Amino acid sequence: MADRLQLTLAQTLPEFDLAVDTTLDLTGPTALFGPSGSGKSTVLRAIAGLPNHVRGLVSFNGTRWLDSDQGLQVPAHQRNVTLLLQAPGLFANTTVAGNLDLAEQFSRRRRAERATDRDAVLQALDLGPLLGRRPDTLSGGEQRRVALARALLSSPDLLLLDEPLTGLDAARKRDILPYLKDALATFQRPALLVSHDIGEVAALCEQMVVMDAGRIRQRGATDALIEDLALTPYTGRFEAGVLIDGEVAGHDPHRYLTAVRLPGATSTLSMPLSESLLPGETIRLRVRARDVAVATEPPRGLSIRNVLPGTLLSLTPEPTPGFVDALIAVGDARLRARLTRAAVQELELKEGQSIFALVKSVSFDLG
Amino acid sequence: MAAVDPGALFLTLTLAFWTTAALLVIGTPLAWWLSQTRSRLKPVLQAVTALPLVLPPTVLGFYLLLLLSPTSPLGSFWLTVTGDTLTFTFSGILIASIVYSLPFMVQPLQASFEQLDPAPLEAAATLGASPWQVFRRVAAPLAGRGFLTASVLTFAHTLGEFGVVLMVGGNIPGETRVISIEIYEQVETLRYAEAHTLAAILLGLAFLVLLALYAGSRRPLMAVR
Repeated sequence: MADRLQLTLAQTLPEFDLAVDTTLDLTGPTALFGPSGSGKSTVLRAIAGLPNHVRGLVSFNGTRWLDSDQGLQVPAHQRNVTLLLQAPGLFANTTVAGNLDLAEQFSRRRRAERATDRDAVLQALDLGPLLGRRPDTLSGGEQRRVALARALLSSPDLLLLDEPLTGLDAARKRDILPYLKDALATFQRPALLVSHDIGEVAALCEQMVVMDAGRIRQRGATDALIEDLALTPYTGRFEAGVLIDGEVAGHDPHRYLTAVRLPGATSTLSMPLSESLLPGETIRLRVRARDVAVATEPPRGLSIRNVLPGTLLSLTPEPTPGFVDALIAVGDARLRARLTRAAVQELELKEGQSIFALVKSVSFDLG
Repeated sequence: MAAVDPGALFLTLTLAFWTTAALLVIGTPLAWWLSQTRSRLKPVLQAVTALPLVLPPTVLGFYLLLLLSPTSPLGSFWLTVTGDTLTFTFSGILIASIVYSLPFMVQPLQASFEQLDPAPLEAAATLGASPWQVFRRVAAPLAGRGFLTASVLTFAHTLGEFGVVLMVGGNIPGETRVISIEIYEQVETLRYAEAHTLAAILLGLAFLVLLALYAGSRRPLMAVR
């Protein structure tokens, strides 16, 4: 059953105003996505009840946490919601185990009522070896894992995550993402995750809400919204693309490649070797529209490895003048390509035409 | 060197100990409140807390004398309950010391609370910790160094107290005659040898206390005045 989060939030500042009025039915992890400065973190703080200057109404499953008109503002510790802040904020006066103990002590639920099991959390986040360490001896990624474990152990009804991967380099992100994914999967309650990185959103959340300039612009299923080019103004110019579920076909360690079979397609996609993936495993790939080019004949003398025969389904002019969005079928999978209008005219591209899609890069690590 | 009256030294250390203990109890919540509040009353309380730093001890002592005298509400209440006056007694100089040393406890504590990273405190609150738990389990342990600094400064400052004690407590051996008053008395009566001994003890004591504090700290301590 979905949990209902009702938000009517307003804040007026000289440079920024927030006006959110929505009801979210949350099941599993939902992303609150938008560019930096769009008001996402402010919304999370208002839900969590941490110091903020937002007025309005917050109610969760019918319990009002904030009702400015009635002068009601339930303090943070009395709302059964935990916000995982961007700064891990570990308790430096004790060990990792001590941090987890404190989280359990602070929990608003009695031990028997807690949904999260300590051993399962320790295992999902691989914290066993770190228990005796002090926070200042941990790497950035390890600190995030401890902070996440702490948040899960407090066993909230709603978990809020503020940019859980921001500030980590790409390698660390890749390390911690599977943990985060596992942790969110073991967590039985809904989570609302703030991110400005569409890759993170694609990897972690089935549902998303798009925010920009203090307002909610769009909401719905993540894969549908990512394919929708209307997202462009909020995702940055080059972020539009598609999500494809592919099956790992095999590894080629000599050429340092991993092959992925697309649904219903004869050819495979190659991506940098990723031996942690098991053959037969289904993985989610993200292919950005700007990384796909189109050729009318099989190209020769080209460095791009991924040349997939396909059919041009549609050509739609983009809001940005001079660009056309091409939808391409490769087997049952769909790709999007961002082409210039000049290229479309020169190649005389038409809907229904057989073409070759050239995929420059595939982002798989965040999916 | 002349023999020292151990009474004055013992009395001084006792006074410094109880003043520090009492100020830990009174000063901690005040410093925490000052560090966290956004109330418009904050500057008022800060000014009141800092007053003993700038007022001449005689002025402070004079008002305290009026406040503690048996004819005042506080003084007469104390007299009824304990059968003793607050003026010219140890209890009286203890209260005076507490008032006089208040900024030495509150200001370093407030500074150390204000320097705490807000992230762990907010994390604790959103994990479900009550304000008391946030303070007791997170803020206070993280501010351990501030407690040490504040206690040492309060203790050392009380060791050297003179004017306020003289105004409120007078000069009664074993009751209100602390080291500084003893030294004053010895100088007045031209007993320089005894004055030298006591002055050297006080100097040495103050130096050792501060040395222990600064030697134990790796980070620079905040200036108090």
